[in-house]
Amino acid sequence: MSQTNDSVMLEVKDLNKKFGGMHAVKNLNFEVTKGEILGFLGPNGAGKTTTMRMITCYIPPTSGSIRVDGIDTKDDDLAVRTKIGYLPESTPLYNDMLVEEYLKFVGELRGLAGAKLKSRIDDMFNVCGLAKMAKRQIGKLSKGYRQRVGLAQALITDPPLLILDEPTSGLDPNQIIEIRQLIKNMGKEKTVIYCSHILSEVSATCNHILIINQGAIVASGTSDELTAKMGKENRYVLKVKAEKTLLETKLKALPGVIHVTVMPSGEWIDATIVAQDNQDIGEFIYKCVFENGWSLAELKRESASLEDVFTQLTRGQ
Amino acid sequence: MQNIMSIFKREFKAFFLSPIAYIFITVYLIATTFLFFQGFFIMDQADMRGYFGILPWVFLFFVPAITMRSWAEEKKMKTLELLLTWPVKDFEVVVGKFLASFSLLVIVLLLSLTIPISIAIIGHPDVGQIIGQYIGSMLMGAAYVAIGLWVSSLTENQIVAFILGVVLTFVLFIIGHPFMTMVLPSAVVPLFTYIGLNSHFESIGRGVIDSRDIIYYLSVIGFFLFLNVCSISSRKWE
Repeated sequence: MSQTNDSVMLEVKDLNKKFGGMHAVKNLNFEVTKGEILGFLGPNGAGKTTTMRMITCYIPPTSGSIRVDGIDTKDDDLAVRTKIGYLPESTPLYNDMLVEEYLKFVGELRGLAGAKLKSRIDDMFNVCGLAKMAKRQIGKLSKGYRQRVGLAQALITDPPLLILDEPTSGLDPNQIIEIRQLIKNMGKEKTVIYCSHILSEVSATCNHILIINQGAIVASGTSDELTAKMGKENRYVLKVKAEKTLLETKLKALPGVIHVTVMPSGEWIDATIVAQDNQDIGEFIYKCVFENGWSLAELKRESASLEDVFTQLTRGQ
Repeated sequence: MQNIMSIFKREFKAFFLSPIAYIFITVYLIATTFLFFQGFFIMDQADMRGYFGILPWVFLFFVPAITMRSWAEEKKMKTLELLLTWPVKDFEVVVGKFLASFSLLVIVLLLSLTIPISIAIIGHPDVGQIIGQYIGSMLMGAAYVAIGLWVSSLTENQIVAFILGVVLTFVLFIIGHPFMTMVLPSAVVPLFTYIGLNSHFESIGRGVIDSRDIIYYLSVIGFFLFLNVCSISSRKWE
């Protein structure tokens, strides 16, 4: 890992954090290249928020280093802070302020002034769809709008790195889609780290996914890579009208089949067939059904979902 | 400096966005004016000794009421976590918050100028003495604010911040009082008298501003602001 690599936005090396006797983050190593949307996945309490707090310079690491755009957080934490837009979990905002007032306050503290500040606030109203809410008190906004204010706050200085901690928690499905779309649009120009424990979120928005559990990385790759890596076995689900034992023996005789289970449900029989790795036996199954003259209602191949990968990696420890 | 100003403006405005500032100003003015004028006509003296005599006791409850919210609320709402990831230094936030609470106190004191004006209409008070008393009160108030702010930074519960603020200020106030020092060995009496907030206000109450008292109040302010920065930075400690 070279230190002068221009395409790397964030570099985390041997990162550790201990709180008293608790080892919250253990030897974390990862890189985020510019323009990437990284999904940071893990169950609650896995160390996601702690890691984000270290990257945003809220707390220092116990050991290890964090570089943002080539700057070490230990050398110049104020410079690192100017490069990051952060939206913490639960979107903490000053409820007594007006939206416009709040954005002005944040902009000032983050180094904007005068005409530049004014134009950025206007941009934020457009990008985050807040123009109508400018004169509203933040405490009286709906959750969706609060979230938009949170995003506007993070984006106001146009930072190259955006860190979003559970940005869609507590939103309704429509709002989730809106926010997700906003994030995807931002991801075109910025590097985004997206923390979540909601898997569909992450697989829908992120190029790269990092799964952590108990403070350590347990898997890393694209959504497809992860499911491919974990979901080795092939599963077929079949719904036919046939004689149960005959069906079972016939299916077991097919090439590459490891295991068959049959379950009658009403007139139909549900069969699950597990085949060897990477063998496409769909055709054989269909032919078998066709040749025996059975009625077929359903035949589909199931591959492991990201959910399966997640539970497999983070379960029961 | 710019950051301190931004924090100051927000904090100061926040007092007026909620009913706090209005309640505070009204109750303070009614209470102090009432307490003062009760004895004023009996004494028949055109001065404000009586007013400034009760001020340390009034501040004891009013100042923690101003400062209790300052950090406790931010901790509870978790806005502090976001604030401290912006390019702002911890001490800038502390100073900004201090100036905001102090300014509210100054405004209240300025509003109470109606009292000396009334006295000036009906009598001939010593203007120099009253100016001295006002400056002294601001210094003492600033010390109370610094104490109250520090206490607020220790908890996320405003009520706890208020009660602890009152208690701590009271202890510091009473520590140099004669009936406390009476029971102490005579060797340490001067020390306790010096540390106590009370003894330094006696001469101020008479309108005499001694440089030793100024230095004392400035050190109390500095010390508690320093503790405040420490308590905010303590998240970075192991």
